[in-house]
Amino acid sequence: MARSVTPRRKLINTTVAWAIGLLIFFPILWTILTSFKSEAEAIAAPPIFLGFDWTLENYRIVMERSDYGRFLWNSIIIAGLSTVLGCIIAVPAAWSMAFVPSKRTKDILLWMLSTKMLPAVGVLYPIYLIFIELGLLDSRAGLVVVLMLINLPIIVWMLYTYFKEIPGEILEAARMDGATLRQELIYVLTPMAVPGIASTLLLNFILAWNEAFWTLNLTAVNAAPLTAFIASYSSPEGLFFAKLSAASTMAIAPILILGWFSQKQLVRGLTFGAVK
Amino acid sequence: MSLKSTLRAATALSLITAGSAFADGHSATITIATVNNGDMIRMQGYTDQFTEATGIAVEWVTLEENVLRQRVTTDITTSGGQFDIMTIGMYETPIWGANDWLVPLDDLSAEYDAGDILPAMAGGLSYNGTLFAAPFYGESSMIMYRTDLMEAAGLEMPAAPSWSFIAKAAREMTDRDNDINGVCLRGKAGWGEGGAFITAMSNSFGARWFDEDWNAQFDTREWSDTLNFYKNMMDDSGPAGFATNGFNENLSLFNQGKCGMWIDATVAASFVTGADSTVADSVGFALAPDNGLGKRSNWLWAWALAIPAGTQQVDEAKQFIEWATGTGYIEQVAANEGWANVPPGARTSLYENPDYQAVPFAQMTLDSILSADPTDSTVDPSPYVGIQFAAIPEFAGIATEVSQEFSAAYAGQQSIEEALEKAQAITNEAMEAAGYR
Amino acid sequence: MATKASRSAARIMMAPAVILLLGWMLVPLIMTLWFSFRVYLPLRGGDQGWAGFDNYTRFVSSSSFWPAVQTTLIIVLGVLAITVIFGILIALLLDQPIWGQGVVRILVIAPFFVMPTVSALVWKNMFMDPVNGLFAHLWRFFGAEPVSWLSDASMGSIIMIVSWQWLPFATLILLTAVQSLDSEQLEAAEMDGAPWLKRFWFIVLPHLSRAITIVILIQTIFLLAIFAEIFVTTGGAFGTRTLSYLIFQRVLESQNVGLGSAGGVYAIILANIIAIFLMRIVGKNLD
Repeated sequence: MARSVTPRRKLINTTVAWAIGLLIFFPILWTILTSFKSEAEAIAAPPIFLGFDWTLENYRIVMERSDYGRFLWNSIIIAGLSTVLGCIIAVPAAWSMAFVPSKRTKDILLWMLSTKMLPAVGVLYPIYLIFIELGLLDSRAGLVVVLMLINLPIIVWMLYTYFKEIPGEILEAARMDGATLRQELIYVLTPMAVPGIASTLLLNFILAWNEAFWTLNLTAVNAAPLTAFIASYSSPEGLFFAKLSAASTMAIAPILILGWFSQKQLVRGLTFGAVK
Repeated sequence: MSLKSTLRAATALSLITAGSAFADGHSATITIATVNNGDMIRMQGYTDQFTEATGIAVEWVTLEENVLRQRVTTDITTSGGQFDIMTIGMYETPIWGANDWLVPLDDLSAEYDAGDILPAMAGGLSYNGTLFAAPFYGESSMIMYRTDLMEAAGLEMPAAPSWSFIAKAAREMTDRDNDINGVCLRGKAGWGEGGAFITAMSNSFGARWFDEDWNAQFDTREWSDTLNFYKNMMDDSGPAGFATNGFNENLSLFNQGKCGMWIDATVAASFVTGADSTVADSVGFALAPDNGLGKRSNWLWAWALAIPAGTQQVDEAKQFIEWATGTGYIEQVAANEGWANVPPGARTSLYENPDYQAVPFAQMTLDSILSADPTDSTVDPSPYVGIQFAAIPEFAGIATEVSQEFSAAYAGQQSIEEALEKAQAITNEAMEAAGYR
Repeated sequence: MATKASRSAARIMMAPAVILLLGWMLVPLIMTLWFSFRVYLPLRGGDQGWAGFDNYTRFVSSSSFWPAVQTTLIIVLGVLAITVIFGILIALLLDQPIWGQGVVRILVIAPFFVMPTVSALVWKNMFMDPVNGLFAHLWRFFGAEPVSWLSDASMGSIIMIVSWQWLPFATLILLTAVQSLDSEQLEAAEMDGAPWLKRFWFIVLPHLSRAITIVILIQTIFLLAIFAEIFVTTGGAFGTRTLSYLIFQRVLESQNVGLGSAGGVYAIILANIIAIFLMRIVGKNLD
């Protein structure tokens, strides 16, 4: 509904919007700044905003203490594969729900969402025991499957809403031209749904990256992602604000950068069918 | 791409990643779960030397204390087999030992000299006389105080003060204008945080958790005296927001010169006299206070290394434990970083070493450890072992909830009577659920 | 339009997702149900036989149960209210022509990328710490006594932390809805002299209702499960123990899996009550 406004209005709007944006972003900015301070400067009173001795010491300590590369790689693999796997399973399901709806379609959709309501802590023991039986503890494969299942309802839901926006007539026309189901999926539907699928992938990558219960409880060394990395930097002995900030920055930086590059996609695509 | 082949590709992909997880571990790699304390992190820096000497590679899983407990407990109770060595405390060791979940450490080498472990520590880390975990460092609690502020207040700290003296000194030392609090104590919820402190303190007031029939005792005058004394003293002379202060918060306050006295773990002594401290030159030490009832308010704790029974690499794990908790490691740290930085409280020989005796807090640490007896910690008889805890499986859960009620009372959100009533109910409920009553 | 063939094809295509989720739901659910009727104490040697309904009665009659339900609802409702209201305002603002719109949008959505553990740690230590936190410095600067946020204003603090994390999500969804608003209709209303509030109430809000419903639905699912934020900040003290935190305490801290599993069953029931309630509204709004 964007309209043209007077320059004065625009100035006011700009000021307010920037103020709010900076306010919301400030905790992250402050964390990043603190990560370049010494521990003493990190707790200095009054706080120092920029005029401190910039140092990379905290990053050096964190790198020395933890194998950051491995945690990062695990995060990428687990979040990435669970998202891709989820999409592979969800695309056909969402397609059929959107284009061959039955009476029960909505019930199935809502039921899928309701599987997310089982409290994770309540089923830790069952899942842990199953993982032992299957030899999946501390394996990336196990986590990929769990995170995929956790996010599957959201993926199905998102894709369903995108697919529903694709006009049925186009499919109809394709079918008239003799397209098989498979051709229809690949040549007609997929291109139209690519923006939707892209933002679905993105959102689920973020959700999987940030999942902090199963990734922490089902891993030890081999599959431990960044959520486990950060668990070793909270409240140790002594001053730790600067080191905590460095570790935090390292944990969120990759996803933050990815998010920034793809924010247009997110802004456009994250609708869940909110727009009719 | 058909659905089938896609699925097949995805399965293959995840199998490859799973496979690579096994591929990077060669035959002798041990996995150790540990807590992110300063001494533990220092040890990680030295592991390369262990690997060089033995050819055994070490993988560390370093976690914050609460996460560590949750992680290792789940793993040990389900025989998950994720770790070859677990870092546990005096609370877990006897319980797990009794369940045969730990490998007995009764055949350590003569060179290691298990007899050198301080008897109090060895006792707390054994079950039925068998050692199940080797102490990496041990601690009791004691008073750390500012000698300069004490002098300015015209007082002299006795070697073994009473609670009334502490309350008086705290009042005298408090200087709100200069942001100096007479006394800093733990108030944070959690059985290992404020819960440990108040339980140890209550011992000196004649209180106990359970009577001999496992009935909760929070309805007694002794508990109400303990909490009232604590809260009055902290309101008068404690820091703002003490209800959320734990070990680390108080350490940071003390190091910034904001506390006159601090009663906490003896291992803190090396931090408050170390490089991070602004008051390192004026710290004195004294035994934890008593109330004239024959029990002091100091606790006993050790962070120790134990081997879960399911591991395939018992020998390698034992080699590591001997290296990490042996005298060789202590000497190495002393040579590189000074005697004040060695892991304290575990070995008798350390306290017989003249170099270590020269460290200002060495003697007081030893005296504190020696004056703590987990088998006889309360004035009235109690059915449990442990000073700041009761070594029963249910304790951690109960004490965490009880300490949450206490913290709410410290913060003024409920009265002490209410907190004690709830504590009584929580404890009895849980003990019934566990089948004690 | 659907032929019989495409119907059966549809069923086959849906099968993997449905079967997987059914398994993911049923296996843990059945195990949880099983444990909930057992005396299962891992530290006392594991499964020790039937408990009947003991775990269920014990969990509900515990003095912590109702306060936990209440806490859960307050947190969910509090966060929903904050994120929806501010989400709408920010979405409306971001829709206006402003300089540097792209950058502002990035700033606003950034918290969504921060993992809950990190955000809880950062807020707890670097902002809410009553001695060294930034808020304490700010309060002292204005001559006020620093507040111990996590004890004296525990619920407010947690609601704030969680809201900060979820505000971007609400804003994003609401923004796409705002952008699809028909500007001519609004302009016409403006011409007619309808005041801002009226335009908002009668044109903007109805248009957003669908988006708001979706924000509420999806966020509720995630908010019922928040854990890390409480674990890191208060550990359940000061009245912040939610139902899922209570279950955590029973299962992991007290090591009473039977009791915790009974709690899990209650949590599922509660979640489903909320779900049915939500579905009613959503169902109406989704067609």
